[in-house]
Amino acid sequence: MQSWGFQVDALDVARWQFGVTTVYHFLFVPLTIGLSVLVAILQTMWHRTGNERYLKLTRFYGKLFLINFAMGVVTGIVQEFQFGMNWSDYSRFVGDIFGAPLAIEALVAFFLESTFIGLWIFGWDRLPKRAHLASIWAAAIGTNLSAYFILAANSFMQNPVGFRINPDSGRAELTDFVAVLTNKVALITFPHTLAGSFLVAGSLVLTVGLWHVMRNRDSADTGAYRFATKFGAWTVMVATAAVLITGDIQGKIMTQVQPMKMAAAEGLYTTESPASFSVFTVGSLDGSREVFALKIPYLLSFLGTGDPNGTVQGINDLQAQYASQYGPGNYAPIIPVTYWSFRFMIGFGLAAAAIALLVLWSQRKGRTPTSRWLLRAGLVLPVLPLLANSFGWIFTEMGRQPWIVFGEMLTRNGVSRSVSLTEVLTSFTAFTLIYATLAVIEFKLLVRYARAGVPDVTPAPVDDDTDDAERPLAFAY
Amino acid sequence: MELTTIWFLLVAVLFTGYFILEGFDFGVGMLLPVLGRDDRQRRVLINTIGPVWDGNEVWLITAGGAMFAAFPEWYATLFSGFYLPLLLILLALIVRGVAFEYRHKRPEASWKRRWDTAIFVGSLVPAILWGVAFANILRGVPLSADHEYVGGLVDLLNPYALLGGVTTAALFLTHGAVFIALKTTGEIRERAGALAVKLGVGTAVVAVAFLAWTLTIRASAAAVVLAVGAALALVAGLAAARVRREGWAFTGTAVAIALAVATLFAALFPNVLPSTLDAAGTLTASNASSTPYTLKIMTWVAVVFTPIVLAYQGWTYWVFRRRIGVQNIPQH
Ligand code: HDD
Ligand code: HEM
Ligand code: HEM
Repeated sequence: MQSWGFQVDALDVARWQFGVTTVYHFLFVPLTIGLSVLVAILQTMWHRTGNERYLKLTRFYGKLFLINFAMGVVTGIVQEFQFGMNWSDYSRFVGDIFGAPLAIEALVAFFLESTFIGLWIFGWDRLPKRAHLASIWAAAIGTNLSAYFILAANSFMQNPVGFRINPDSGRAELTDFVAVLTNKVALITFPHTLAGSFLVAGSLVLTVGLWHVMRNRDSADTGAYRFATKFGAWTVMVATAAVLITGDIQGKIMTQVQPMKMAAAEGLYTTESPASFSVFTVGSLDGSREVFALKIPYLLSFLGTGDPNGTVQGINDLQAQYASQYGPGNYAPIIPVTYWSFRFMIGFGLAAAAIALLVLWSQRKGRTPTSRWLLRAGLVLPVLPLLANSFGWIFTEMGRQPWIVFGEMLTRNGVSRSVSLTEVLTSFTAFTLIYATLAVIEFKLLVRYARAGVPDVTPAPVDDDTDDAERPLAFAY
Repeated sequence: MELTTIWFLLVAVLFTGYFILEGFDFGVGMLLPVLGRDDRQRRVLINTIGPVWDGNEVWLITAGGAMFAAFPEWYATLFSGFYLPLLLILLALIVRGVAFEYRHKRPEASWKRRWDTAIFVGSLVPAILWGVAFANILRGVPLSADHEYVGGLVDLLNPYALLGGVTTAALFLTHGAVFIALKTTGEIRERAGALAVKLGVGTAVVAVAFLAWTLTIRASAAAVVLAVGAALALVAGLAAARVRREGWAFTGTAVAIALAVATLFAALFPNVLPSTLDAAGTLTASNASSTPYTLKIMTWVAVVFTPIVLAYQGWTYWVFRRRIGVQNIPQH
């Protein structure tokens, strides 16, 4: 591969594949997590009030939810097997610890989620109303539970706890499973990720509602859309507050357990107290040349330590410290990636919140928004929190590099030895192509069904036993 | 019983559940172009598995997770070693899963035709490749002393493994036809019942040949008994299909699949992935396993949650027990 002018090896491709497939999986995950709960809430409101408006919204957003859910499922299966396929030495090293949450996730959460979603989709006329409502809640709970277990697994990679290294085999062995499940990184990553997910789901609910409010002013369903817009906007506002609070706590925990990541988030080369936070920098990020930087004094110290004058360690000091601890090598992640992904996460997330706030304002006291700019802003809205989520993951995962398990195993030592470059290139190409194709298809379908608007709700099925065999299915593929 | 043995059994049970359940899903998918003569008929077929296929697939995810947790060396060596077949299985499962959900989302015939193809191919490919994979596990593959797969793709395509692939595909086809006969009414039910008998005869021949070959490679008393049981169950299922006792026919093919999978695992034990090169490379239930502590925790989780899962999945099948036919497919 020398002819390319640079060396490409199986490790690089395996990393790209993992990054691409996981970020792709996480485009669908937040919507599933958030929308499952929002749809369950809408259906509960219908159940409580009997108001048909909520039934229409349940069906409508339920359909968008399902289009998205299918993609979440099929991309998730790839993730489950990829550890063994591309990261077999990693799997051998941590299997004793890491496999358990994955298996529990499947047994406890995925079964719940997939079985009850099936019951919910096809059960409109087969289940008593209460049992049908309980099904969507069971699915929503399963979905949110699944997030906890996978994040506990991921948190072990960020902050390994509850294990020892067996001196004979060199492998990590579980010593305290409760410690793994209550890893302080997991405990804070979970609410932060959920909050980020509700930001996405709320934005989608808002956008679709707003589009219909502004497009079909006097349709019979305008009331429903107005409600949806507000419901979405309030979800976004609450989620933003949660994302800020949890993100703040996360920054402090990260500074304790992975100080290099915090230094890399700011591109802070030398230890400072107090340290300032730059909103953006023009220049080079190896610290040698800085043309312009907009800096907020004390903020980094505060983010990292809670004390405006606190000390934040710099990359150079940490590098020296790690080199003496772990042997020679480069222990800093790629700084421009961590620096910008951290800012994009926060920036895109806050931009979404700002738009949601504008929309709420435009609808105050029953007004109907008319600004075309607002509509345009509303249409891009759902993309923003998706980007924020992706950058959050890119920051978290790239900021951990060069480690695959922080302090215990380097990424380059985790890759499968028996898998050739050709094989990884094949799978990387295949996944990328199929994912790109499906992305286009799914996006078009979402738009199509979002535009179609709320369905007519046929009168709720009555319990007449006449000729059940002839009655059409309430839902059919 | 040792914890490693328990987990060997549990992994076997999970794969057995997977093959019984997704077996008929795959069968329905493969029979789509055969038994579904027009769009409405194809929708009937798809809707027989609509509410359950995703739950069925989670058996695979759980089996994979259980392997990872209980036998990390097995998970790591197997999945990196069988890289390309596994890749094909994943790609197939991706298009198939999306196809069920998206097929009816647009009215154009060309759109539906494409997704129908995706369902067919997405069911056929894993139905064959799972057989190839499990036959290779049983037969053994080239492993180095440190448990790395050192063979190539061609090593996986030996005649025995290919027969394994034909066997699983045939079993799932028959199982699927019997399932369709059990779940539908009218013309489709008739045709599926007749087809099940025809397919079943060929399947029985292939399956008996494969099981016999298996026992010449690796055998234990238990494996022999199980293999005979599998053959008998299949024949009994076919007899029931012939007289249109669909419930019994389905029980027969389900038990046949269960016993066939059990035969493989019984013949394999205590190995989990034998090496055809260096005997030191052979992975066994004990040298591939996690620590007793991890196994103990996982055992508790499995003991508590498996019955719960079985209960609500069973309930789902009860809720959707009614047969469907073209008259039940909504117009739009
Ligand atoms: C924070 C949440 C989260 C994260 C970090 C991940 N996932 Fe995921 N996953 C979900 C949250 C989720 C979900 C919300 O539960 C999904 C998405 C859509 C869905 O159907 O369930 C899902 C689906 C899903 C499925 C299919 C389940 C089914 O058939 O119902 C599998 C096998 C995985 N995931 C496995 C993984 C693995 C191995 C990951 C690590 C790289 C991963 N997921 C990251
Ligand atoms: C779904 C959210 C996640 C996203 C978006 C994500 C994203 C990423 C990204 C961008 C990389 C870097 C790829 C590169 O180095 O070029 C990476 C690496 C990695 N992540 Fe994650 N990750 C996620 C969740 C997880 C979870 C939950 C786990 C484990 C349970 C995990 C395990 C890994 C592993 C093993 C790598 C190795 C590849 C590497 O380091 O390059 N990730 N991930
Ligand atoms: C506004 C929308 C935001 C979204 C959608 C978002 C999303 C995410 C996601 C998905 C991750 C990766 C998973 C995880 O480790 O939790 C992450 C990580 C992180 N986020 Fe956010 N985030 C947002 C805002 C913030 C804010 C405002 C802060 C800080 C004040 C913050 C601080 C962090 C930190 C420190 C991490 C890394 C944790 C670690 O690697 O240990 N986030 N974010």
